[in-house]
Amino acid sequence: MRYSGWKVITEGLLGNKGWGKAWRDPAPKAEYDAIVIGGGGHGLATAYYLAKNHGLTNIAVLEKGYLGSGNIGRNTTIVRANYFLPGNSEFYSHSLKLWEKLETELNYNVMHSQRGHIILFHSDGQRDAAVRRGNAIVNQGDDAELLSVPQLKEMLPYLDYTQTRFPIYGGLIQRRAGTARHDAVAWGYARAADQLGVDLIQNCEVTGIDTVDGKVTGVQTTRGPIRAKKVGMVVAGRSSQVAAMAGMRLPIESHVLQAFVTEGLKPVIDHVVSYGMGHFYISQSDKGGLVFGGDIDMYSSYASRGNLPMVEHVMEAGMTLMPMLARARVLRSWGGIMDMTPDGSPIIDKTHIDGLFVDAGWNYGGFKAAPASGWCMAHLMATGTSHDVAARFRLDRFRTGHVMDEEGTGSQHNLH
Amino acid sequence: MRIAGKGLIDRSEPVTFTFDGTRHHGFKGDTLASALLANGVRLVGRSFKYHRPRGILTAGPEEPNAMVEVLDNGSQTPNTRATVQEIYEGMAAQSQNRWPSLRFDVMAVNDLAAPFLGAGFYYKTFMWPRAFWEGLYEPLIRRAAGLGTLKPHHEPASYEKAFAFCDLLVIGSGPAGLMAALTAAQNGADVILAEQDSVLGGRLVAEANALGADWLTATLAELKSLPNVRLMPRTTVVGAYDQGTYAALERVGLHLPNQPHLPRECFWRIVASQAILATGALERPIAFSNNDRPGIMLASAAQTYLNRFGVSPGDKVTLFATNDHARTVARQLIAAGVKVVAILDSRSEASSVEDCPVYLNAAITDTAGRRSLTQITGHHAGGDFLIETDCLLMSGGWNPLVNLACHQNARPAWREDIAAFVPQPGMVPGLSAAGSANGAFSTHAALFEGRTTALAALTAMGKPAQAPDLPQAEDAPYRVQALWQVPGKGRAWLDFANDVTVKDVRQSAQEGYSSVEHMKRYTTQGMAPDQGKNSSVGALAVLADATGRGIPETGTTTFRAPFTPVSIGALGAGGQGAGFAPQRYMTSDQASRDRGAPMIEAGLWYRPSYFPKPGETTWRQSCDREVLMVRSAVGVADVSTLGKIDIQGKDAARFLDFVYTNTFSSLPVGRVRYGLMLREDGFVMDDGTTARLGENHYLMTTTTAAAGQVMRHLDFIHQAYCPDFQVRFISVTESWAQFAVAGPLSKMLLNSLLDERLADFPFMSCGEVTVEGVKARLFRISFSGEEGYEIAVPTAYGEALFRDLLAKAETLDGGAYGMEALNVMRIEKGFITHAEIHGRVTAFDIGMAKMVAAKKDCIGKASATRPGLNGPEREQLVGLRCDAAIGAGAHLFTPGDKVERVNDQGYVTSVCYSPTLGTNLALAFLKDGRARHGQRIRLVDHMRKTDVICEVTDPVFLDPEGAKLRA
Amino acid sequence: MRLTCPLCGTRDRREFYYSGSDDYLNRPSEGAPVEAWDDMLHLRVNPAGVTKDLWYHETGCGSWLLVTRNTVTHAVLATELVAARKGGAA
Repeated sequence: MRYSGWKVITEGLLGNKGWGKAWRDPAPKAEYDAIVIGGGGHGLATAYYLAKNHGLTNIAVLEKGYLGSGNIGRNTTIVRANYFLPGNSEFYSHSLKLWEKLETELNYNVMHSQRGHIILFHSDGQRDAAVRRGNAIVNQGDDAELLSVPQLKEMLPYLDYTQTRFPIYGGLIQRRAGTARHDAVAWGYARAADQLGVDLIQNCEVTGIDTVDGKVTGVQTTRGPIRAKKVGMVVAGRSSQVAAMAGMRLPIESHVLQAFVTEGLKPVIDHVVSYGMGHFYISQSDKGGLVFGGDIDMYSSYASRGNLPMVEHVMEAGMTLMPMLARARVLRSWGGIMDMTPDGSPIIDKTHIDGLFVDAGWNYGGFKAAPASGWCMAHLMATGTSHDVAARFRLDRFRTGHVMDEEGTGSQHNLH
Repeated sequence: MRIAGKGLIDRSEPVTFTFDGTRHHGFKGDTLASALLANGVRLVGRSFKYHRPRGILTAGPEEPNAMVEVLDNGSQTPNTRATVQEIYEGMAAQSQNRWPSLRFDVMAVNDLAAPFLGAGFYYKTFMWPRAFWEGLYEPLIRRAAGLGTLKPHHEPASYEKAFAFCDLLVIGSGPAGLMAALTAAQNGADVILAEQDSVLGGRLVAEANALGADWLTATLAELKSLPNVRLMPRTTVVGAYDQGTYAALERVGLHLPNQPHLPRECFWRIVASQAILATGALERPIAFSNNDRPGIMLASAAQTYLNRFGVSPGDKVTLFATNDHARTVARQLIAAGVKVVAILDSRSEASSVEDCPVYLNAAITDTAGRRSLTQITGHHAGGDFLIETDCLLMSGGWNPLVNLACHQNARPAWREDIAAFVPQPGMVPGLSAAGSANGAFSTHAALFEGRTTALAALTAMGKPAQAPDLPQAEDAPYRVQALWQVPGKGRAWLDFANDVTVKDVRQSAQEGYSSVEHMKRYTTQGMAPDQGKNSSVGALAVLADATGRGIPETGTTTFRAPFTPVSIGALGAGGQGAGFAPQRYMTSDQASRDRGAPMIEAGLWYRPSYFPKPGETTWRQSCDREVLMVRSAVGVADVSTLGKIDIQGKDAARFLDFVYTNTFSSLPVGRVRYGLMLREDGFVMDDGTTARLGENHYLMTTTTAAAGQVMRHLDFIHQAYCPDFQVRFISVTESWAQFAVAGPLSKMLLNSLLDERLADFPFMSCGEVTVEGVKARLFRISFSGEEGYEIAVPTAYGEALFRDLLAKAETLDGGAYGMEALNVMRIEKGFITHAEIHGRVTAFDIGMAKMVAAKKDCIGKASATRPGLNGPEREQLVGLRCDAAIGAGAHLFTPGDKVERVNDQGYVTSVCYSPTLGTNLALAFLKDGRARHGQRIRLVDHMRKTDVICEVTDPVFLDPEGAKLRA
Repeated sequence: MRLTCPLCGTRDRREFYYSGSDDYLNRPSEGAPVEAWDDMLHLRVNPAGVTKDLWYHETGCGSWLLVTRNTVTHAVLATELVAARKGGAA
C-alpha cells in the first residue's frame, strides 16, 4: 500500500478501515542468507539497504522486543553533518544526503525538518574551534556559516546576551541540519524493508552465535535456532552482551544519556540550539514540546534512567542561556543507553569471525547516523569490504592509535 | 453553583480574579477550577488536536482539559492546571490554544476533518512536493499544535533548590500517609510528610465522611506539635532516584499575589532511609461516544468540589458507574440539595440508592451539547433512554497511583479482582506502598497499611516500632466490573488532552503497531501533560481487546519522572544569569578593573584582556603597545590562575619521573624545568614548569585549563600505581598569588622591591626572597621570551604586591599587560597552549618526541609509540608568516590543489599580529610540517572569507637561541 | 545516587568523578605487548550487572574508590579505597 495525501482522504471517507499492516509478523525461517541482530534504526536501515542496494531479500531482522525499542525512539532527534575529523566528516555528510531523500525513498513521512542547527561559542578560543569545524564542513561539501551576535539576536532573540555566565560571542550554523520524528525513522525503514521481503521478527532474542571453524553459521534465539552465513550485530546499547556471545570484548562502555521534553507550547524555538559551555541542546518538536538534553550521567549504566545531578545541570544551563525556559515544565525524562567508545567515534567492521560483522559504538551520534550506518553496514555485509565513507570505523584503530577523537578528551570512554 | 454551609473555603475572605478578562469572585481556599465552577463557567479550554470545547474533568494535578495561562508581571505561565492553581486577589488567567476566542475557535474546523486526522495520518502524507515540508506543511502543523504560549521573556521571578534528609519520607497525606507518619513519628523517627495539595488529608478532605473531621484535626495537630515531623504541603514528590533520593517540587509563591521576597517554587532533593508511597488512586473515566464535553466529570472530582469547595458541579446531575463509589457521591449530592437525575450502573447487580433511580446494565452511547453537556442517550435494562442533564459524573473504578514505584524500571502487577495495576514489593529499594496506592481502597485498609508499612520501615531502620491504635473506619468492599469502552459509533475519548480515541488505538493495532509502546508512540496516547494518568490503563485495555491479548500480557508503557511536570525554573534554580558556574577572581582583579581592563572568562576565572591607555581606541593598539613595552622595558601580568601543586616526600622525585615524560630526579635543588605530561593513551595532557624547592619538595605548575584534571591524574597514579611511594601533594593554586615580571628591565624592577637585591639568579632558577618582610618565591622562567621572573606571595599579599609592581614598573616606562599581549608574545616564541595541545596532539606532533625519556617508564610512554601517533601523515607544529591578516581555524592546502577535504593539509591554531616583527604570525599543524619549512602553503578560511598564501616556518619566530631569556 | 566513601561516609553522587572500569588498575609493565595496553585502555567486559569501577572523591577527600556496583539497578554493593586494596601496589 502506498501512502499519500489522496490515500489519507479516501481512507478517511471509508472510515479508515482499509489501512493494512505496516509490516508482516512472520515466523522465523530455519535459514536466511543474512541475519541482522537488532531491530532498531540502524538494524532496520541495514536490512533495508541490504535488500534495496544489494538485492539480498532472503534476510531477517531479529529484535528482542518491539521494532524501534532502543535508542532510535529515545533521543533528541537531531540530524546534522557537522563533524570535523576525516572519517567522521564524509560519513555524516553521506548520512545527511540520505536523510534529504528519506521520505521519498521510504514513502513514509519521517518529518525531516531542516530548520538549522546553531552551536554557540563563548570565547575567542571557542570561536577558533568553531571556525576550524566550519571550514572542515565546507571542505567536505556541506554547509556552515559563522553567525555574529547581531545575527544571533535576530534569529534567537530569547537568549540572554547580557547577564549569562559565559557571554555569547557568536554561533556556527548548519542550515541543512535539523530534526526528524524519531519513531517514524524506525517505522519507515521497517515498512520499506518488509515490502522488499525482509522478515522482521519481533520478540526474538538472540541467545547465542554459532560458529564453526572461525566462521559464523547462525544464531540461537528464544524462537529457535536460525542458520545464516552472514550475521550483523547492530545492537547499540547491548553491543557488549551480543559480542560476548561470539567471545569478543568490544572497546565500549555503556552509559546512560538522559533527555527531556516539556509540555506542548506554541512555537517559540525555531532552530536546534547547542550551548557551548556545557552540554545543552534544544529544539521544539512539531507537537510543541521542547526537546532537550545534555551530557551522559558519566557512570556506566544499563538502567536507561538517570539521576538528578545531570538533570539539574542541564536545566541550569538552560536557565543561563535562555531564561524564558523557567515557565516551561518538564513533562518527561528518559534515558538511552549509549555505546561509548574510547574516541567517541563508531565502529562498522568485520570481526575475527568470518561472516560476523559489527555496527556499534555510536556514542551520542547514533540517530543522525542511522541512514548511513545502514547503508555502510549493508555494503560491508554484502560485499565483505568497507564502504569508502566508513573505512575508518575500524575495530582495531584503538590498538594502532588511528583514533578520531572529536572532543580531544582521550581514551576514557565516558568523556566523549 | 455554590452550596451554602459546605466546604473548607474561607467565606470571610472573598477573592476577585479574572478569566479571559471577565471578573469573577471566589473565596480563599478555592482553586481556579472550583471558583469557575462556582461561577457557572463550564467551558475552560480547547483540546490539542480537534480543538474540542472542554471543561473540568478532575480536581487534581492530573487534569487533562482545564489548562490555562496565568499572567503576572508581564510574564505568563502556560499550561497551568486550573484544578491546582489556587486563586488570589487580582489573579488573571486566560484560556489557551484557541483563536480568536475560547467560544469561537477557528481551529475547531479540525473536528470536522477528524476522519482524515486519525492516528498517524501525518506519517502518510505531506511528502510531496519535498520543499513544501519546511515551507508550508510543517509551519502549519506547528502553529496548530502546541498548547499554551511561552513568552520569550527572561524570567523575572526567582526559584530555589534545597536538600532535606529524613528517616522516613511519607508521600501523600491521606489516611494511609497520615497513619504512617503518625506511627513513625511516635516512635521517634525523623519524618517528612509531603502532600501535593495545599491542605493535608487527601481523600479524607474530599470524602468528608470517612473518618469524621475530628480524627483528621487531631492527627494533624499532633504531627504539627512533634519536633521530628516536617509537614510539607503543596509539595509533590516527582521522582524516585537511586539510594533513597527523591525529587520534590514545592509551590512556594504560586498561590499568592506577587511577593518579590518569595521564590515561585522550590525544588527539593529529599534523601530518605525509607519511604512510603501513599499517593492514593485516581478514578478512571469511561470511554463512550462524545465523553469529552464540558459538564462531564469524574465522580470523585464532583465529590471534592462538593465537600471541599462547597460547589455543585451542575444543576441536574447524572452518574455513570461501574462500582459502588458513585452511590456515596450521589447520596452526598442529594443531601446537599443537588438534583440527581439517575445512576446508570453498568453492572447487572447493584444496590439501590434512596431518592434516586438506579438503572442496571446501563450504557451511554452518545451525548449532546456543543459547549456544555445538555443530554445523554443510551440504553439500560429497561430499554433506551434520553436524559436531559447538564452534568455527568463518570466512575469507572480506581487506578492506584503507582508511578513513583515504577521510576526505577520495575513494572506494576495486574490485579484482576480490582481491575488495576498495583506496585510490587521492592520496585524501588526502601519504598513501600500503602493504602489505595497499593490497591487497598477502604479507609480502614488504608489506615492499617499505613501503620503496617511504617512499622516495617522502622524495623528496617533498627528503630523501635510500637503500633499505635487505629481509629474506627469504614471497610466497605470495593466491587468493580471493568468497563473499558461502551460500544458505539462516535469517537470515544481515552486521552482527552491529546485527543486520542478508542478508534485510534484500534487503528494502531490494525496497522501492526500492536505493542503497547508502538500504540503509544503511533497514537500519542499518554504523551500529553497528564502523561496518561487518566487514560493509559483504559487505552491498553482497548489495545488488549483489539489484539486479543490479556491486559497483563499487553503490559504498561514505561513510567518516567517527573510524576507531575516540573518547571525548568525550579529544576534549574540558581542557574540563571551568572549563577550557572562559580566565578573565580584573581587578587589583582580590582586593580585591573580600576585600570579599565576588560575582564574575560578563562575557564571559571576572569583575566584582564588588555590595559587601555588614554587615546587607545582598539584592543590592538593596547596590545601592540603592551608587547613592545615588555620587549623594550618591563611588564607585569597576573599568572595566578595557573595550577600549582605542592609535592613533597622522599619519593617525590621518583613520582615526578613517572608522571612526566622527562626526568625530574636529576633536577638540582633551586632549579626549574619544563615538563611534558602525557595521558596514558599517549597524547599530550598538559605542560608546565616544575621547580625543585628542596631535596624532597617540588612545586608543579599546570595550565589554567588542566589544573583540576592534573590533580585528579596525580591522585590516581599515586593511589592506583604507587601507593607505597612516600609522596604527598596538594593543590596550592589559591594559596599563592603569582605575577610574571618580564622584560629587559625586569630585574631592575624586582630589585627595587625585594628586601635583598638579586645576586646571581640564572634562567630556570628558583628560590626564596622577601618583599617588605613577606616571604615570597621567585622563579626565573619566561613565557614571553624576555628575561622574565615569576614572583609568588601568599594570596593575602597579592593585590598589594600587584599594585606595588605596577607603580614601580610605570616609573620604568613599563606597566601591566593582559592576555592579548601575553598571547602575542608566546606565539612569537612558538610556545604552545591548549590551543595547540587540544587533546589530539602527540609529543611527536609538537616536536617533543625526544622529551620522552628512554631510560624510564612514564605514563603514556607505551601508547605514544603506537603507529597512529607518529609519522609523516600526522600534522606537525609549524609557524606561518603572512602579510595579510589571518584567523585561527583556517585550513591549509598545497597551492594548486582543489580545496576539498581529501586535500586538507592541516589547520591554524593560533594567530597574531606581531608588532615586534611587523607581520602576521600563526602557529599551525601541517602534514609532515617539519619537512616543509620554507615552502608556501595556501590558507583557506571559508568562515571569514580569507584565501591567502603563507610561508611555512619554524614555530619559533623570535630569538630562537634564547639569548634574551638568558640575558 | 549516593556513594559511601570509606573516609567521609555516604555522599551525593555530585561529589564524585567517574573514570571507568577497574581495568585501569591493571597497568602493564614496560615492554608489555600492545594487546595488554588495549586491554587496559579500551576493551571492556562492560557487564549488564555487577561491575567494579573507579570513582574519585573529588570535592571530598581526594580518594580514588573501587566501587562494586550493579549497572542495571544502580545498587552500590561495596566501596573500598584504591590505595588500600589488596595486592594493589605497583
